[in-house]
Amino acid sequence: MDAVLTARGIDKAFFGVKVLDGVDFDLHGGEIHALLGENGAGKSTLVKILTGAYRRDAGTMQLGGISVEPRSVAEAQDLGIGTVYQEVNLLENLTVAENLYLGRQPRRYGLIRRARMRDDARALLTRYGIDADPDETLAHYPVAVRQIIAIARAVDLSGKVLFLDEPTASLDAREVQALFTVLRQLRAQGMAIVIITHFLEQVYQIADRVTVLRNGRMVGSRAIADLPRRDLVALMLGRELAEATGQRDPDATPPDTPAAFRFQGYGKRGSIAPFDLDIRPGEVVGIAGLLGSGRTETARLLFGIDRADSGQATVDGQPVTLTSPEDAIRLGFGMCPEERKSDGIVGDLSLRQNIVLALQARRGWAHPVPRREADALAERYIKALDIRPPDPNRPIKFLSGGNQQKAILARWLATDPRLLILDEPTRGIDIGAHAEIINLIARLRADGMALVVISSEIEELVAYSSRIVVLSDRHHVRELRGDQINAQAIVDAMAQPGAAA
Amino acid sequence: MIRARNLPFVATVVIFLLAYALCALQFPNMLSFRVAGNLLTDNAFLGIAAVGMTFVILSGGIDLSVGSVIAFTSVFVAVLIRAGVHPALAFALALALSTGFGALMGLTIHALKMPAFVVTLAGMFLARGAAFLISTDSVPISHDFLRTLKGLYISLPDKGRLTFLAMLMLAAFVIGVVLAHRTRFGANVYALGGSSQSAELMGVPLRRTTVQLYAFSGFMAGLAGLAYTLYTSAGYSLATVGVELDAIAAVVVGGTLLTGGAGLVLGTLFGVLIQGLIQMYIVFDGTLSSWWTKIVVGLLLFAFIVLQRLILLASERRAAMRAAHGG
Repeated sequence: MDAVLTARGIDKAFFGVKVLDGVDFDLHGGEIHALLGENGAGKSTLVKILTGAYRRDAGTMQLGGISVEPRSVAEAQDLGIGTVYQEVNLLENLTVAENLYLGRQPRRYGLIRRARMRDDARALLTRYGIDADPDETLAHYPVAVRQIIAIARAVDLSGKVLFLDEPTASLDAREVQALFTVLRQLRAQGMAIVIITHFLEQVYQIADRVTVLRNGRMVGSRAIADLPRRDLVALMLGRELAEATGQRDPDATPPDTPAAFRFQGYGKRGSIAPFDLDIRPGEVVGIAGLLGSGRTETARLLFGIDRADSGQATVDGQPVTLTSPEDAIRLGFGMCPEERKSDGIVGDLSLRQNIVLALQARRGWAHPVPRREADALAERYIKALDIRPPDPNRPIKFLSGGNQQKAILARWLATDPRLLILDEPTRGIDIGAHAEIINLIARLRADGMALVVISSEIEELVAYSSRIVVLSDRHHVRELRGDQINAQAIVDAMAQPGAAA
Repeated sequence: MIRARNLPFVATVVIFLLAYALCALQFPNMLSFRVAGNLLTDNAFLGIAAVGMTFVILSGGIDLSVGSVIAFTSVFVAVLIRAGVHPALAFALALALSTGFGALMGLTIHALKMPAFVVTLAGMFLARGAAFLISTDSVPISHDFLRTLKGLYISLPDKGRLTFLAMLMLAAFVIGVVLAHRTRFGANVYALGGSSQSAELMGVPLRRTTVQLYAFSGFMAGLAGLAYTLYTSAGYSLATVGVELDAIAAVVVGGTLLTGGAGLVLGTLFGVLIQGLIQMYIVFDGTLSSWWTKIVVGLLLFAFIVLQRLILLASERRAAMRAAHGG
């Protein structure tokens, strides 16, 4: 069968650094094609070139056998190439119908026909099995519905090729399945779909073909049926790597030291039901739960971002008040938030400045961290965590997600915290950095730090947690220890309704 | 059911009606076509400027040059007319100039990726300076054409008049409403106010929309300048200082989100009328200082910002509840 979209020898360089090097890509109608690769492999750049957001330096691109050169997202759309981005999707302040038809509203005498637009929107969404009020603002609907509305718009607009960038990143398991149903339906209609994701099990669930990029080159394109998971990972990493699935780290057992940090009856109405949590030095308390189960809310309470309205926190047996992150930092807490881009990094500041930030905050503005100390800290952590590129002066926004995450970890490690809270430390980062961060967690635990780690990757939690607290419906429903810790037990506990606990 | 996003607008209308009712209780004369007509006429230039400002604020921007452009237009037109140019030609020239000035500011904002605040602040000084350059004195004008315009009116009961200025303002609002809700330009403006980044990815032409947006605001400021000139029969470079702030206040009290993306053009009309009503009340009372207008407007502004914040929080909480309950 002829390919719908073919790209040959795509080159792209930024500031003289080659990001894509002679990449070939073939996409057929009626297939779901996964585009995989570590962070920095060039996936995003390739997609941006194919969808018109960037211009290529060299190479050819054909759509249905005809050479095309989209110079903007709008041009690509007109050609038939639609894109749904992960983070910036639609406009929350506009209505569902306005979002679907922005820029192509039905008009008569130059005026928008609102009633017609509304009816069209309703009819269109019905085809996707969504019952949304076209006149309601998008902000009214959960992310999963918005995602499908974005897909409906992109498909309606372009109709041949659909690019999905990390479409499942913020969906829970049920929503992912609903999305996949829609994708299968589109595939049956002959759409060519490209999906970029970090979740390998989803790749095996939905994709027909995979193309793997590594360091800006295309290293393989195969039918998924011919590609065992092990080989796929090897292809992505370019080396044989033992897949760490569900292997318990034997050193993870909780120590018998007394709990240094105790939270009793701690909770906040409308956010998370009161819970008891003890954390000892030298252990990792894993927190598992579906999206919206209260994971992040727990972290926010522990770190004083939100104020608890019930319960008492004690550190070393002394009652403490935790009403702001400032209090928490003073008590020796540290926290890496989930939303790295908005809550974690300060994009325009250099890598060094980002690393020193928390230490500076603890010392106060009257005691600036001397340049020499900052240099030494940056150098030490860049080396210890293998942050790349190892240039302390580079604005952090130019680093890949995995390296930004390491820099945020470095920021807190520089303050020498006693309790470190990590919210989704491995989300959206590549497999190499992933393994390094997991090793780092084990190392910090061995050094006697107390850690609370929130993660949606169950295998990962099983690997390094001393104990696992499972959340459901904003309740702490279960605590698993020792032999109880395995993926099945966690999933079972997650499925437990929160109120029953 | 009233949708949450329309609550601020409804609140504005209710406040206006309540306030008018209270005024009328105390001064029954205020409930007349004559007073209502005057309310429209006296606030025509502010209303026209506020229509342009509504679009700018909806897009997430701001236009601080409005007051200066009004003053410049009025002086420019007055000097031209005194020099013997026909008023119609002077008006056309003034509108072309103010529209071009706005377009230039829009282009600067887009091309230099500068905050609208900074660029229009520069525009404010430029226009004010240019007005002084033309004349520092008040320039009175009289011309048959102007008298004809001022003489146009629709009679209302009990000696009320819907003057040319009032009709001009109402027309500006009609055009504003149609532009905002029935054209792609309007939809693009709302999109910009939501998120310019998302809007761009959805194919909204940022440059064209930004230029059109500030050109429109410039045009409306110019038109407001003409209305002001007709109203006072003079051009004065020191006039209308801070009118842009009154316009911003009218827009926000009218229910538009100051950060952009949500609001109704019609709300701005009520925002303007509320300000006018307070002034009218002060005139009727006769003992109150006119500064009470500012105080009441300040309180109202504050109340509206709080109201919008509360609505936002409430809808976020509802969304969170829905997500938590799986559907």
